[in-house]
Amino acid sequence: MTSTETETRTVVVERDIAHPPEKLWRALTQPHLMEEWLMKNDFKPQVGHGFQLRGEWGGVLDCEVLALEPNKTLSYTWNHEHPDPAYALQSVVTFTLTPTPTGTHLRVEQAGFSPTQKQAYGGAHAGWKQFLGNLDQLLDRLD
Amino acid sequence: MTDAHDVLFRTLADPTRRGIFERLCLDGEQTVGALTIVAGVSQPAVSKHLGVLKQAGLVRDRQDGRQTHYSAQLNALAPLIDWTSRMAGFWEARFDNLEDLLNRMDQ
Repeated sequence: MTSTETETRTVVVERDIAHPPEKLWRALTQPHLMEEWLMKNDFKPQVGHGFQLRGEWGGVLDCEVLALEPNKTLSYTWNHEHPDPAYALQSVVTFTLTPTPTGTHLRVEQAGFSPTQKQAYGGAHAGWKQFLGNLDQLLDRLD
Repeated sequence: MTDAHDVLFRTLADPTRRGIFERLCLDGEQTVGALTIVAGVSQPAVSKHLGVLKQAGLVRDRQDGRQTHYSAQLNALAPLIDWTSRMAGFWEARFDNLEDLLNRMDQ
């Protein structure tokens, strides 16, 4: 698995949330709540359940629940098929919730690959503002 | 770090120039006049920044009568971006939404 086409990459984003894991779990697994912070969906908290996430930009993600342990961990596939490989992505998203004295430490890890990693800027319309924010930070670090 | 990266970083390191580029990314094609209104610098300064952006391949100009219209060339950024940085930004923004939601939710 070391060829350019199948090289796996990982994104990790973590945050301390001032709410208990049980409440956070509801936001992560109840479709009407997921829609409010993530995307429209037909999620069910059931291993093997296939569902879709529908983005505001018209993109559709094909997902399948891989693992779940209430209030602790949730994992599903996050695949985006697209005729243009620059837009395509095959990945797995895993949320991990750890209780803290002040609430919950939330960690999301996304691991997978894009058929054309180097040119894969295609999903940029998912949020140019976000990207530009990243670029800002990157540039700040370079100074 | 390749030469292409160097050029892009050097071009976007200037805050005014980056501001002009962001404006073009967010609002689409603009004239120098329209960009000057929001840039906070003189029109010749904006023109000079646009020249540097154009040289880096970050903007393209289109002549329409006496007006020149500038647009962002997002493809020029491709070397800097892969899906991982894109998704990191995506999750950061979604976590902001999530915190907003949790604050509004009942216990």
